[in-house]
Amino acid sequence: MSVRVRRPGLFTTIQDSGRWGYQHVGVPVAGSMDTVSHRLANAIVGNEASAATLEITLVGPELQCDRPTLFAVTGAEFDVRLDGADVGANTSYLARSGQVITFGRRRSGVRGYLAVEGGFDVPSVLGSRSTHVVSRMGGIKGRALKTGDLIDVATSSGRRALEGTRRTSVFEMPTNGTRVRAIVGPHAEIFGSKRLRAFERTRYRVAPESDRMGYRLKGERFLLSDDLNVISSAVPIGSVQIPPDGLPIVLMADHQTTGGYPRIATVISADLPLVGQLKASDWIEFELCPLSEAVRALIRQERALMAASG
Amino acid sequence: MALIDGWTLSRVGDATLVIECEQRIDPDLNACVLQVAHAVRQRARPGVLDVVESYCAVTVHFDPLKTDATAVAFDLEVEVAHAQVVVDESQSFGRQLTVPVCYGGRHGPDLEAMAAFAACSEAEVIARHSGEVYRVYMLGFLPGFAYMGVVPPELAMPRRLTPRLNAPIGSVGVAGQQTGVYPLTAPGGWQLIGRTPLLTFDLRRSDPFLFRAADMVRFEPIGPDRFDELAVD
Repeated sequence: MSVRVRRPGLFTTIQDSGRWGYQHVGVPVAGSMDTVSHRLANAIVGNEASAATLEITLVGPELQCDRPTLFAVTGAEFDVRLDGADVGANTSYLARSGQVITFGRRRSGVRGYLAVEGGFDVPSVLGSRSTHVVSRMGGIKGRALKTGDLIDVATSSGRRALEGTRRTSVFEMPTNGTRVRAIVGPHAEIFGSKRLRAFERTRYRVAPESDRMGYRLKGERFLLSDDLNVISSAVPIGSVQIPPDGLPIVLMADHQTTGGYPRIATVISADLPLVGQLKASDWIEFELCPLSEAVRALIRQERALMAASG
Repeated sequence: MALIDGWTLSRVGDATLVIECEQRIDPDLNACVLQVAHAVRQRARPGVLDVVESYCAVTVHFDPLKTDATAVAFDLEVEVAHAQVVVDESQSFGRQLTVPVCYGGRHGPDLEAMAAFAACSEAEVIARHSGEVYRVYMLGFLPGFAYMGVVPPELAMPRRLTPRLNAPIGSVGVAGQQTGVYPLTAPGGWQLIGRTPLLTFDLRRSDPFLFRAADMVRFEPIGPDRFDELAVD
């Protein structure tokens, strides 16, 4: 059973929950940028949370199923059609043999997730199917989809999911910007309280060079003295690092495992999916919060996801 | 924040813990770091996703909903205390590796600039760079990219101001006191002085990673003909 790519869209990749366990040998984690929508799509078609989905960016693909395929689309809102008929968000549909799924206009968010029952079955590389384009690893030959690609679909081993299963979104897709919460540090002392206040007061804009590795922001610059590079160490996703030009970069799913720039704050896990739904020129504001709030937010989000998984 | 004989434990964001020692590049400190990282990895606590060693820190990435962060913090503190009393020799010493490098010419476009920087001949740069034995302190940046040190001070040229869009696979670069080999063709700002025909990262091998932290690496100068011979294999 497979899905044929008739048109690839702007940048469509296969992603799962990431290639964990190899950061000590320099392998970036990758995985879905909006982990919540990725998991929701899998839940709707009855997959494990870690099954591979298609991550669709800004302009969606055109796909043909060779066998009856149960699928669902979550995340960014697109006008999705199955042989011309409207396909609602967060709902499972059965594509019959030869039917075509198309993506039209995008209304909100940036990244959509298409899950099929059983999950996309590309070879697992170092324990994950996630595509990491820079290291040409995972997915289809480590690259974004191309016209003519055939993607295998695994046979579902779990409980059978039903057509017409509908779930509510866990969070609202941003249309032109969002506020996110972050925990200060680890290099807060390099910046000082004045710069931290400026960081919270600034409405940044997402620069066009932003991608799955990181979101580059435009706005208040933090010029630090030249010799402030810290000795390289491991950096987590969500790190807000300040390179020599003073403009923040938020590290995202494909980020390098280590870095040597000062870091002012770290976006909380619960708000990372929101960042992954921002596009160039959208606004972003940061609100520093305590660790307890970060964990509470994550628990609330997990409850909503579990409710959605039925 | 706790403090154990100069080691600082801190939480970075909601899903990462870091324990770090004095911020300097030192083989003994790094050996201690590697021992702690190895021991924490062996403990394999539920929810721990990655344990990453670097020059002078051990970083643990975990799932905040599946991990007892207090327990992981405790593991880090205990292993640091332990490493200061009992040195695990098996973790202190890596393998001896020899990496053939064709210096200069089309394989090392920045060799000339480095000779100017060091105020010596290109042959002298080659002799000095290949005359050292380098320790792999950590891996990062790209899959299989080893940060090796320390480069002789006269060759410790800073990164290029404008990074190259494509540093070819196998390129041997220098950035300050560090030297390393590009495991893939990728953008990068290191000064490229040569290139090895060896694949330092190859998913077709049972162990795709040529380098591991603690390995001791020597670069052996080869000519362009030998490079082509070895590159064919």
